[in-house]
Amino acid sequence: MSAFTSKYADELIANAAYIGTPGKGILAADESTGTIGKRLASINVENVESNRRALRELLFTAPGALPCLSGVILFEETLYQKSSDGKLFVDILKEGGVLPGIKVDKGTVELAGTNGETTTQGLDGLGERCKKYYEAGARFAKWRAVLKIGENEPSEHSIHENAYGLARYAVICQENGLVPIVEPEILVDGSHDIHKCAAVTERVLAACYKALSDHHVLLEGTLLKPNMVTPGSDSAKVAPEVIAEHTVRALQRTVPPAVPAIVFLSGGQSEEEATKNLNAMNQLKTKKPWSLSFSFGRALQQSTLKTWAGKEENVKAAQEALYVRCKANSEATLGTYKGDAKLGDGAAESLHVKDYKY
Amino acid sequence: MSCFKSKYADELIANAAYIGTPGKGILAADESTGTIGKRFASINVENVESNRRALRELLFTTPGALQYISGIILFEETLYQKTASGKPFVDVMKGAGVLPGIKVDKGTVELAGTDGETTTIGLDGLGDRCKKYYEAGARFAKWRAVLKIGANEPSELAIHENAYGLARYAVICQENGLVPIVEPEILVDGSHDIEKCAYITERVLAACYKALNDHHVILEGTLLKPNMVTPGSDSKSRAEPKVIAEHTVRALQRTVPAAVPAVVFLSGGQSEEQATVNLNAINQFKGKKPWSLTFSYGRALQQSTLKAWGGKEENVEKAQKAFLARAKANSEATTGAYKGDAQLGEGASESLHVKDYKY
Repeated sequence: MSAFTSKYADELIANAAYIGTPGKGILAADESTGTIGKRLASINVENVESNRRALRELLFTAPGALPCLSGVILFEETLYQKSSDGKLFVDILKEGGVLPGIKVDKGTVELAGTNGETTTQGLDGLGERCKKYYEAGARFAKWRAVLKIGENEPSEHSIHENAYGLARYAVICQENGLVPIVEPEILVDGSHDIHKCAAVTERVLAACYKALSDHHVLLEGTLLKPNMVTPGSDSAKVAPEVIAEHTVRALQRTVPPAVPAIVFLSGGQSEEEATKNLNAMNQLKTKKPWSLSFSFGRALQQSTLKTWAGKEENVKAAQEALYVRCKANSEATLGTYKGDAKLGDGAAESLHVKDYKY
Repeated sequence: MSCFKSKYADELIANAAYIGTPGKGILAADESTGTIGKRFASINVENVESNRRALRELLFTTPGALQYISGIILFEETLYQKTASGKPFVDVMKGAGVLPGIKVDKGTVELAGTDGETTTIGLDGLGDRCKKYYEAGARFAKWRAVLKIGANEPSELAIHENAYGLARYAVICQENGLVPIVEPEILVDGSHDIEKCAYITERVLAACYKALNDHHVILEGTLLKPNMVTPGSDSKSRAEPKVIAEHTVRALQRTVPAAVPAVVFLSGGQSEEQATVNLNAINQFKGKKPWSLTFSYGRALQQSTLKAWGGKEENVEKAQKAFLARAKANSEATTGAYKGDAQLGEGASESLHVKDYKY
């Protein structure tokens, strides 16, 4: 095999396949303390541990939500937190048939000599951290690499650095029992058209799979978290069917069938846009040898956050809002979403923030 | 897209898809003059143009055979030859729904500083030659890269050179309307086990698809011609067709993008029957297979035919029957329907392995 033989191989393969179960997807709730602070600020809520804990409890105990999910990505702090009646979040998730995941990267730093391009850090001591997280109940991990489209970007240098960083992270995860989500996000910022995005996405994904092969990663035990192929944020919008066609074609040209599931990031898309685009992909009649699902953060939580606004009396309504988005996206993975989700406050609102830093 | 814009894009995509039609596959009849000479020598036939023409006419006019064939790879000389009654071979093929293909590489040369590893030559003036071949009726091309398994082989250099040579050849073909068959053959020679072959095959194929992406090749307009994943020819272990099928399909799942319409296996040193039985097992294997899995066989389609013919006019009918039997058997294998009941011609079970085979 080109893959190394991890003692966790069977488990990795089973868990990766489970995450791609039709009708399910991932809730990305791994906002770092700094990032969640910005979210909380937007609803006038203080960024203290108890509020962060309360928000996540709201999400994880929302009636009807967990059956729509196969995994939830957590920030380290959350991995060890409990519900108000003392139950560990990871146990609530496990009992709900949801695999706990953990963000393991340590953010981005600029690459010298480039025009603001970055690489992602976090490899030092990663093995030990993964071991610890596995013991705490995590079964998959996430590492976000970031690329941008510009005059001369992404450069060959930045594509190579990010691809090989992802591959090194991926094999270290597998050595320690965690399914690595490989996330090479190409930011939507820019005025380029959809063809440019498609070309760059294909180049980047091809580089990623070469790097994963070089690093002996077991593809059956990985997930891919790519951007959808869309026009740039400053460019005219296109229909979901067009996004679906370009996205699936890019994946057909680069992602080996051994990969069990592709879990899209939502980038700056509104809740409703993200769902409609995912739905269109799953309706497309063409070769798709991997599940196509979601790993949404903002696009699952926006209306929920606005509805909650930090108030105990709003929890029930906020949980309803989350359930609505979870169900809509669950249907989108089956191509059966009818666009009839009760749109919560802000569901159609673009969530794009220029040059977004998590 | 990251692929270049070819004026032939739609045609390339349609032709590549056609070659992968279930029930059909490729006859590799592109033996160079030198190579066909060795075949002829084995049946005591003189290596002159008329005999080379006669053999190919025998094959291409076999009643009922062409329905199982979507493409035939030719050597340059054959592209311009005709039947005894004056009909150009390419017209015989086109009339029967068979795409003519053309071998465009110029053989291998050793890579300095390696232990007998090679690269393939033929890029100089390739564009002009492809144009010419397209005008003569060719619609696909073939270029054979060769790698071997050894203590330190294949080296990173050999993998890189061969992968990038294939990619450059591929895009030049597409610029000129020919579907490129990408053939990175890893020789079966050696005493390694099937796991080793799987590991190497995956590494090599991953390098090929990276190179193809770098060169902006339209994957939907290409074909892949790989070796099956098997133990080495000197290995103590034998592998059942089911095991070969599992390792082969898994290697492809891990490396070949779904955009590639068809994988057309080479037969290497396998006997006619082995090559058919293994292809059959591959098509019976239950797993993700988003590409057609078919054949591009030379020796494994022609061995019994050659022996039956022996260069004699009076044997033509018998020889054609032998060819029809193998063509039909392989056609069934592409749908996993082969029952192992092909009337075995003389030599059908004979291994066709020649150490360090040079075409």
